[in-house]
Amino acid sequence: MWRYIVPIAVFATLVGFFYFGLDRDQQTLPSPLIGKPAPVFSLPTVEDPTKTVSNKEFVGKPYLLNVWGTWCPECRYEHEVLLEIQRRQDVVIIGFDWKDELDSAQRWLTQLGNPYTVTVFDSEGRAAIDWGVYGAPESFLVDAQGIIVEKHVGALTMQIWEDKFLPKLKEMRE
Amino acid sequence: MRAFICTFLLLTGALAFGMDAEVAFDDPAQLERYNNLNQQLRCLKCRFESIADSPLPIAADLRRQVKELMIAGKSDEEILQFMTERYGEYVLYKPPLSSRTWLLWAAPVVLLVGGVVAAFVVIMRKSRLPDTDPADPGLGTS
Repeated sequence: MWRYIVPIAVFATLVGFFYFGLDRDQQTLPSPLIGKPAPVFSLPTVEDPTKTVSNKEFVGKPYLLNVWGTWCPECRYEHEVLLEIQRRQDVVIIGFDWKDELDSAQRWLTQLGNPYTVTVFDSEGRAAIDWGVYGAPESFLVDAQGIIVEKHVGALTMQIWEDKFLPKLKEMRE
Repeated sequence: MRAFICTFLLLTGALAFGMDAEVAFDDPAQLERYNNLNQQLRCLKCRFESIADSPLPIAADLRRQVKELMIAGKSDEEILQFMTERYGEYVLYKPPLSSRTWLLWAAPVVLLVGGVVAAFVVIMRKSRLPDTDPADPGLGTS
């Protein structure tokens, strides 16, 4: 009797582990920052590097912080989606240009269109560490009180935007 | 063969290039502490490497952060805490024992004990069997 039960139980356990392992999204890590106040930064802007902008200035209305870089191929793919979000006026988008070259970033925005209200420039990647950024693109939704309510790692698609982010924005407006 | 060696040297050379150009600390004790901390932190972009081993720019940024926190006089716990607050527990190669991680910590002991018990049972049972096949003297023959 045991001769059959033990191997079958072991096999079933392994199948269980593999099944849930496959099902899990391997790329997305839970961010410890969700539900916490957005880390404050004060950085030069891509548009005018002599001017600095802090995200404190945006408290009072929700915004989407989008981390990107011209060296990031997925960001180019994501750019269309950001332009669409901006066209629909769903939310204000703040660009966070991460470890980039200023002139490439400026060229990128001129050539591909600019979905951002403002783009800050973090050439050394220090502010990015405070946000727990580890790979572009990453997007954070911050509510009017300055709390991070949602995060997405990887390129946004309209599907992800509508499923994950829009409901949170609606919730805020209620 | 020569082509192979050349390729190998070129590839490893490129990797070495990705690492920090200068030594972080001159003091050997400090350097050891620095390397030790880096080895405890996972490079989240690469997953299977610590930030001490990864040539990626994000790993270099995190090493710089570790160095700066050390210079600022932070303790090892404070530095690991700093990283965990930003990147989550997954950044630690040794996750703390909690309700979500106990299975991870218990797994080696459970597997070892299970293996020993299974081996014991099998050996005991085999040694009790009479040797019926003279061509294959199994366990229990002397």
